[in-house]
This record gives sequence, structure tokens and C-alpha cells, in this order.
Amino acid sequence: MADVKKVATRVSYGEALVELGNERDDFVVLDADLAAATQTGKFKAAHPARFYDAGIAESNLMGLAAGVATTGHIAFASTFAMFAAGRAYEQVRNSIGYPHLNVKIGATHAGISVGEDGATHQCCEDIALMRTIPGMTVIVPADDIEGRACVRAAYEFEGPVYMRFGRLATPVINDREDYEFKIGRGVVVREGSDVTIIACGLMVAEALEAAEALAADGIDAEVINMHTIKPLDERLVVASAKKTGRVVTAEEHSIIGGLGEAVASVLAEQHPVPMRRVGVRDVYGESGPAVDLLHKYGLDADGIEAAVRSVL
Amino acid sequence: MTNQELAKVANEVRKGVVTAVHAAKSGHPGGSLGAADIMTYLYFEEMDVDPANPSRAKRDRFVLSKGHCAPALYAVLAERGFFPKEELETLRHIGSRLQGHPNMNDTPGVDMSTGSLGQGISAAVGMALAAKHWGDNYRVYTLLGDGECEEGQVWEAAMFAGNHDLDNLVAIVDHNGLQIDGSIDEVNSAMPLADKFRAFKWHVIELADGNDMAQIAAAFAEARKVSDSPVAIIAETVKGKGVSFMENQVGWHGKAPNDEQFEQAMAELAAAGEEL
Repeated sequence: MADVKKVATRVSYGEALVELGNERDDFVVLDADLAAATQTGKFKAAHPARFYDAGIAESNLMGLAAGVATTGHIAFASTFAMFAAGRAYEQVRNSIGYPHLNVKIGATHAGISVGEDGATHQCCEDIALMRTIPGMTVIVPADDIEGRACVRAAYEFEGPVYMRFGRLATPVINDREDYEFKIGRGVVVREGSDVTIIACGLMVAEALEAAEALAADGIDAEVINMHTIKPLDERLVVASAKKTGRVVTAEEHSIIGGLGEAVASVLAEQHPVPMRRVGVRDVYGESGPAVDLLHKYGLDADGIEAAVRSVL
Repeated sequence: MTNQELAKVANEVRKGVVTAVHAAKSGHPGGSLGAADIMTYLYFEEMDVDPANPSRAKRDRFVLSKGHCAPALYAVLAERGFFPKEELETLRHIGSRLQGHPNMNDTPGVDMSTGSLGQGISAAVGMALAAKHWGDNYRVYTLLGDGECEEGQVWEAAMFAGNHDLDNLVAIVDHNGLQIDGSIDEVNSAMPLADKFRAFKWHVIELADGNDMAQIAAAFAEARKVSDSPVAIIAETVKGKGVSFMENQVGWHGKAPNDEQFEQAMAELAAAGEEL
């Protein structure tokens, strides 16, 4: 896939904010001293009067965003996933989630693909934390096109939204005429009959690659891009599981509390089938090049392929 | 209103606090009684609010950062006409609009959900920032506990407000010297508060008696004259003010009076009302 265009979804986030800012002035963007990294620096450069830096104070960042949202305007609040969902969890829960305020959290540098910064900055628990908050919408875009689309959808949506973006440039897979993003609506990106791979984020591209490898062995995998973890597209999960009879989930996140457990809960109650979860297996990450880390922790096409073979 | 009229209203608010907490059989009477005068002044004199239109976009805002003093907020909102006073007896009951800590989506007139200490001031700063950003003239008020100032988030918020010259923001610290585990000096004092707020570029007003309407009025009048910086009013108050056996007693931070204590408290407040 050497000639495939690659873009980090954090870049999609920053550029989508700039575009939105060109059209609308009813929102502000807040960051916590990471604007260059989260890419909100692009918005700051384009719309300096609508950007506010909370400094290294993520608790207050979330409170500021909540306060802005009470006035009927929208606030995007940005920092790394570790600090947005981790450090400021309780602020997000009590000051944003409980009053159901119109705050859009843009959390970047999620997962192990943060790379060299190591375990303290590799948040593999944010999906789990955010999906426990009542009324919170959790979105993990799969590529640049989806990253941009989800920013606009979040802006238009009434209520708190957590968007999870990555640091690593990853393949663009949604570059097609009929692409459409709807919150809560999963997308079948490859039809198949033998097994369903349900993935989110950068694992969608890996799932497609795994599906091609499996096809060479006569295994016909369906691949679903589950960009919205909450509310989960239960209907699609169950329909595909009924069709293929086997499900593998794939996420750059802990196998505890993330996409895999969300899918498992739905299937356990509505249509139990044999299942495997690809994800971070209850461990911390470590420093290293992102791509090498993804391979080491089984978060790539090889890991997905092995999981599929083990469930057949 | 005259200061005497305001003091009479505050006395009614105190009756509401005692009634609500007694009916709930739990809650926080001490801080609520101590802050009753300041909150009465805010809702009856200082703030531009309309009980008939509690969500009006250009209204002044109040954030009860020390959310456990919800009984005082509910009592003053009811007294001001945001909802019927009879509803105070539903405090903390299942299905009530009056939650143990304030929820903006439940109660008319509540501008922010609070209760987890340190978070309300951040939201108030966000409101003040939004007012400045979109060119609105409304003012934002928030009430903090002195114990609450032990939360680091208070100072994150203070830093931001000071750096952004939010002169439409007034933070009142209800300095009664007591927190759940004892006196703030024994527990982990955040004193001196005035110096700290000054260091964060706030204009500080030291209110010697936060239970005296004339002094409260003077403090808020001074706050209105300040430009280019947020204002902190450090208000010396008496926890449990108005009920003799609750005054300055840390044990009444979060405990409801029994029936006998309720009768005595209401009798004392009735007598005080007669004298005003």
C-alpha cells in the first residue's frame, strides 16, 4: 500500500475546524498548551480571536468549555486523549455530561500509536471511560475523510461528543463519491459471508488488509467500520453476526471497555456468536516507533488475520 | 430594597433552608445559612434576572460552586419566585426538581450543575469569557467555599480569569473557617486567600461581615466599579448564622435538624423576623 495517501486524523481535526470557522462564528476552540500537536494551532492561525489557550490545566479547560456551552454557544475542547478522558474525566462527567452541554471534545494522540512518548501518553482507556458517561457520544474516525466529516457532524449534533483522533498518519480509505457520515450508523466497507470484522479508527484499514489476505485463502470476511462506539449501531452488529456467524473486533484500545466489549454485550444479549477481540490486552504500552508498536501489540492486519483464523 | 427589607428576605430564606433540610432529613444547613445574606443580595438586588423567563440569554448568571449549599440557592430562588416555596419540602426526595446538589436541567433559575467542588468556578469563568467573546453585557457571579479553595482547579480557573481581564466576573468566597473535617486551619488551609487572588491578578475586596447587608451592598458596589480584572470578595461569614445552636458548629455542616431542633430553629428565625 506504498502509494496510498496517508493523513493523521488529528490533522483532519485541525483543518476541519478551520473550514468550519470559515463558515460559522458561533463556536470557540479551546486547547491546553498542545495546539501544535492537536492541530488546533491551525485554527488559531486562521481565526486567532476565536481560540483560547487554557494553558496546562485540563480540569479548567473542560470547565471553561462547559461554561461557554451554557450560554448557547459551542466549545471545542482539545488536548491529548490521556488528559481529556483521563485527567479530566470527572470534569467531563459532572460539568459536561451531567448537564448534557454542547461541548465537543477533540482528543488527539489516542492509543499506542503515540509512539516514542511511551506509556504515560498512550491512552488506551479513553473509549471505556467516555462510554460510561450517560448521554455521551463517542466517535473514532477511521481516516482523514471521516475525521473531517465527524467534526462537522459533532458541530451539528446537540449534546456532548467525544472525538478520538490519532497522531500517526494512516491510509485514506473513504475516498469515494457516495461516502456519508451519520453518527451512530456503522458502515459495511467490505461485504463478506464467513466472518465479520468490526473495527474502528486506524484498525479499519488494517481490517481491510487482513480481509484481502484471508480472501487469498478463500475466507470471505465482512468488514464494518464502526466509527461511532456510542450509540452503537446494534442493528448492524446483529444483522452481520446473523449473516456470518462469527465476529472479530479490532481497536487501538484496551480490550476492556472499548469497542470489543460494546459489541460483545450486544451479541451476548441479542445473538451470541463465537467472538475474538483484537486490542491492547490489559497492559501499558512502551516507547518505540508507532508502526513497530502496533505490530508488537498485535494491532495490525497480521493480528486481525490471526484472530479471524482462530475463530473459524 | 432597603437593607432592612433585604435582611427580612434573608431571614425568610433561612426559614426555607431549615424547612428544606428538615424535610429532606439530610443536607447542608450550616453553609447555607451562612451564605443566605449574600445570596439574597445577589438575587434581590444585584443580579438582572427574571423569574418569568429564567433562561433569558442576556441575564446575569450565578454559579453555586459550593454546590452543597443548594438549600440556600433553592430557598432564595423560591423566595424570588422561580418556583413555589412549597416545593422546598421536596428537597432530595425521589422525583423532585430539587436535587441534593444543583442541576441546571431540573430547576428553574439554576444556571449550572455543580456539587463537585472546584468545578463551578471554571464554568463561571467560561460564562464570563463567552460574554466577552460575543459582546454581551451580562455579569457572572460564583460563590465558593473557603474549604473548596483547597481544590487545585479553583486556582487553574483563577489563573485563566486573571489573565483574561474578566471584569464581568465576581467570585465570592464564603469564608466561614470550617470544613467537614474541622476548622480549615486544622485540615489544610488555603489561606491567605486575598493574597492568592491578588497574585492571580484579581481585584480583591475583603468583606468584614458577610452577614451584614450594608457591608455586602458596599462590596458589590465596589466590584461594579472595577475594570480590567475579575473581582474576588472574601466574605467573613458565620456558618449556621441565625440558628443559635448551629452557629460556628462544624457538626452542622451536613446534618439535618430533628423535629425538636427544627421547631427551635424556626422559632428563633420567627423571632428574628419580628425584630427586623
